[in-house]
Amino acid sequence: MFAVLLEQTADGQRYIDWLLSGLGWTLALAFFGWWIAFAVGVVVGIGRTVQNRAVAALARLYVEIFRNIPVLVQMFLWYFVLPEILPVSLGNAIKQIPPPWGSFFPALVCLGLYTAARIAEQVRAGIEALPRGQVEAASALGLGGYPTYRYVIVPQALRLIIPSLTSEVMGIYKNTSVALTIGLMELTAQARQISEATFQTFTAFGAATLIYLALALIAYQGMALIDRAVRIPGTGRADDAARQAAPRAAEQLDALPDAMEVVK
Amino acid sequence: MNSLDFSIALQAWPYLWSGLLFSLALTAVAFVVGLVLGTCLALVQHFEVPVIGRLVRGYVALMRSIPLILVLFWFFFLVPIVLGHLGGNGRPVPIGATWTAFITFGLFEAAYYSEIIRVGLRAVNRGQFEACQALALSTFDTYRSVILPQVLRVASPIILSQTIILFQDTSLVYVLSLTDLLGAASKLAQLNGRLVEMYLVIAVVYLAISSAASQCVASLRKRYAIAGMRR
Repeated sequence: MFAVLLEQTADGQRYIDWLLSGLGWTLALAFFGWWIAFAVGVVVGIGRTVQNRAVAALARLYVEIFRNIPVLVQMFLWYFVLPEILPVSLGNAIKQIPPPWGSFFPALVCLGLYTAARIAEQVRAGIEALPRGQVEAASALGLGGYPTYRYVIVPQALRLIIPSLTSEVMGIYKNTSVALTIGLMELTAQARQISEATFQTFTAFGAATLIYLALALIAYQGMALIDRAVRIPGTGRADDAARQAAPRAAEQLDALPDAMEVVK
Repeated sequence: MNSLDFSIALQAWPYLWSGLLFSLALTAVAFVVGLVLGTCLALVQHFEVPVIGRLVRGYVALMRSIPLILVLFWFFFLVPIVLGHLGGNGRPVPIGATWTAFITFGLFEAAYYSEIIRVGLRAVNRGQFEACQALALSTFDTYRSVILPQVLRVASPIILSQTIILFQDTSLVYVLSLTDLLGAASKLAQLNGRLVEMYLVIAVVYLAISSAASQCVASLRKRYAIAGMRR
């Protein structure tokens, strides 16, 4: 069924090379986008929980804006609108970036900042799920605001939210496909191109689907591995604290298990 | 770039409005179809119906693992073929992008809603089932009158949050060249060259609708926070 993938294309490659190049862009976008998302998301998520009203309001504004505009519209804002509203020389410089980088960078910024808003909400939920005694104990020990966050709150909160971060990891690699709308030849775009060139739609989309499934499985297993690796010895399940804090049913619903758990 | 001129968006409003109506219609249909079908899928898994239960699990996992754009491409390609076989003569039945969008979103969202309801079903206290048995309720009455109302109520904030995501995801029908809110804006932008104004205006429209809806869900969540079920 997949034999057509080994045939020669018009440009002297094989179709499977197109798919692999698409996979490369998808992975690059998801990987680097994730680190932007994680860094910004943790900072904004912490900002949502601090006492300072102005900082909390700014963090909230960030989350509201980036979470409530469709990712495709955000993609167009970064790609089409940003170069137009910047000063002319800078805008022109951006437009001069040669393909595929001219599509890759807007897509990277877009996915990073969009996913950051979602991660920020998870971080906030993780921080709020910690027992108040943790902050009180930290201040009883004479820790200030920064050390309390750095050594007490954030390390625990991040461990708590690893299961729900799994779905954000899966979200960012799925959303990389939106970059095809601004001309990046990632996996889905390559599958469509192969389908148009060979009329073997079933094969082309089937191959892409299998690759996405494999990525989902890897993401799921990888996060489960991290969850186990960073668990604090002697605390049992890392989310025990959350379990005590929230009523059972609501808590289960909030931390929806990911689909891959079903496959296992 | 000359200065921004938002009066252009005012002139374009009737067209954008019809696009918005399409987005909302697609959201509404996908919500109803997705929730009804999703509940069925969840129940099939919950009862562990042999073979079908496993197939449903596979379907849900598949839908949740591949990008919606790829699902749209798949359905655009597959639905005419499947309809052709169902019709008997085996010839593909072209159904057009609009029908593709409605069918895809209904079936795609069903996978997500079913996952929410499946977890909700798992969270129902065993005592509820035992009480139904003690009252000699039939399985159908147990689920219809006792279990599902509780599940839907406790899961309603998450179902609604998912629906807001669904509303935003309808913008992806852009890849089928449909005229939803984003499609309308992009078609106008190509005509009048005012893409900055067009995309900024619809970004604000999406932002206003989604964030108003999120506020409603948040207040709902607060109101029902304690009234929910406990173990």
